[in-house]
Amino acid sequence: MNAIDLTLGTDALALRLRRHVVRMCGSGGSSHVGSCLSMADIIAVLYGKVLRLDPTDPRWPERDRFILSKGHAGACIYAALAERGFFPVTDLERHYRNGSNLSGHVSSKNVPGVELSTGSLGHGLGVGAGMAMRLRATGGKQRVYVVMSDGECDEGSNWEAILFAAHHRLSNLCVVVDYNKLQSLAPISETLGLEPFADKWRAFGWNLITVDGHDHAALQRGFANAAATSDRPTCLLADTVKGRGVTFMENQVLWHYRAPEGEEYTAALAELG
Amino acid sequence: MRDSFVRALTELAAEDPDIVLITGDLGFGALNDFIARYPRNFINAGVAEQNMTALACGMALTGARAYTYSIGNFPTLRCLEQLRNDVCYHDANVTVVAVGAGFSYGQLGMSHFATEDLAILRALPGMRVVAPSDPWQAYELTRQLHAQGGPAYLRIDKGSAGIAPGPVELGKVRQVRDGDDLVIFATGGILSEVMAAAEAVAERGISVRVIDVHTLKPLDADGICAAARDSGRVITVEEHVVTGGLGGAVAEACLEGGVAITAFRRIGLDGGYPEIVGDQAYLRAHFGMDREAIAAAIGKILGL
Repeated sequence: MNAIDLTLGTDALALRLRRHVVRMCGSGGSSHVGSCLSMADIIAVLYGKVLRLDPTDPRWPERDRFILSKGHAGACIYAALAERGFFPVTDLERHYRNGSNLSGHVSSKNVPGVELSTGSLGHGLGVGAGMAMRLRATGGKQRVYVVMSDGECDEGSNWEAILFAAHHRLSNLCVVVDYNKLQSLAPISETLGLEPFADKWRAFGWNLITVDGHDHAALQRGFANAAATSDRPTCLLADTVKGRGVTFMENQVLWHYRAPEGEEYTAALAELG
Repeated sequence: MRDSFVRALTELAAEDPDIVLITGDLGFGALNDFIARYPRNFINAGVAEQNMTALACGMALTGARAYTYSIGNFPTLRCLEQLRNDVCYHDANVTVVAVGAGFSYGQLGMSHFATEDLAILRALPGMRVVAPSDPWQAYELTRQLHAQGGPAYLRIDKGSAGIAPGPVELGKVRQVRDGDDLVIFATGGILSEVMAAAEAVAERGISVRVIDVHTLKPLDADGICAAARDSGRVITVEEHVVTGGLGGAVAEACLEGGVAITAFRRIGLDGGYPEIVGDQAYLRAHFGMDREAIAAAIGKILGL
């Protein structure tokens, strides 16, 4: 496949991301396909409509900054970057392979377009807050976007950053929480409950917007609301389904770690057309 | 030594508007001058060292020269993974400043003893590790670290060696006393005890060479080997555990450099966590790293 024509819209981009991540996780034998599918629509809207980027100049100073804090879903970001033309789509075949730069957890080393290497949870938001603080202090118009997982919110470091961003009214910072309600061993509710999750963000002083994380129009409205909010950081609490798009993977803890093989692989790609 | 760092940084901020000083809610009184002059270059991140370090990384990746500031183990061990994954892996322009080396906060208890930091920080690829021995050195090395950029750790001691100012170069050991019978390598303010011990044994006709290793990383392996080669008898002194710090670094350098070592002794904290408190001098003596203990070790190595 060649990189996508953006005029085809984010639905087409999301479908291509889903096909890429199933291929990458299947052929590479990597985990986290469910986590990638869960956020594919969020990433498609960000990379297709929201982020100001220049694939011909990945370090363009005026670019928006995007951080994937749930680094285990790196395959989806590599796919989005390839689709946006940061590197050839054929490079995605190297994901998870010996000697590859495309690690299972997202890495910025030798991968144009990745701002921050993550993989240990609870790192991205603090770094994003620092970027937002600095960009604002230097008069920049760039915005900072951080996509987090729900299980990641177990990490205390996030709550340090959540306090900080609200205290300093970092309105150029926008978090999306991929709230699929499953973590690696069991549902969130059985692991370390987050509810009332939206209220927690509101109580910490954030502009909290709940949104269907698979509804592209709703996501775009959410990002527009965030951009129009000038006194607080915004969190889009995105209601999602882990494994979305491949029926037998949807809402199954199994597909946090399992890589699709054989008939599973064929069936998944068949469903994604 | 702390005030010398702050003075250096305040002067640098006049030259470099990209400097940002981020404290983890510590530095009462000490940072006033910096804050008064450069309020927009100062952030109190609150009691949140993981976030302080992540912020510093994010700011550095968007053009700032970030300094994180706290005491003891808070800006290092508490947020070690932020230093490893965020700062060092991304080669971010972040300097970590920890006030209270070794037993500087000796009365405050074990939580405040910074006695494993050198070994742990030295293991991080890309991290430079600097432990000045005197206030004038803290001033000079702060400026040199800033000029180089990149991840760094600056260990600020309460004690000081009391050695007159002179040339000091980041990454190069500094000979502060010459002698033929053996060589002592020391890092940080505890160099004062080494100098006193060398003076005391000189009265007995023992001639000790003393080397200030203010930069543990990058280590001046050539300088260390050159200093050790003459006598082949080596003592290392650090207000730090004997595992993986100065002693280990010197041993590695000497062995890999082919130096024929005939005697080697590491002086430092050995045998578990301290369960008592006291001032820096008291704890140095209690744990066998004061001038008397060092003089005794010298005598033992020389068979006297």
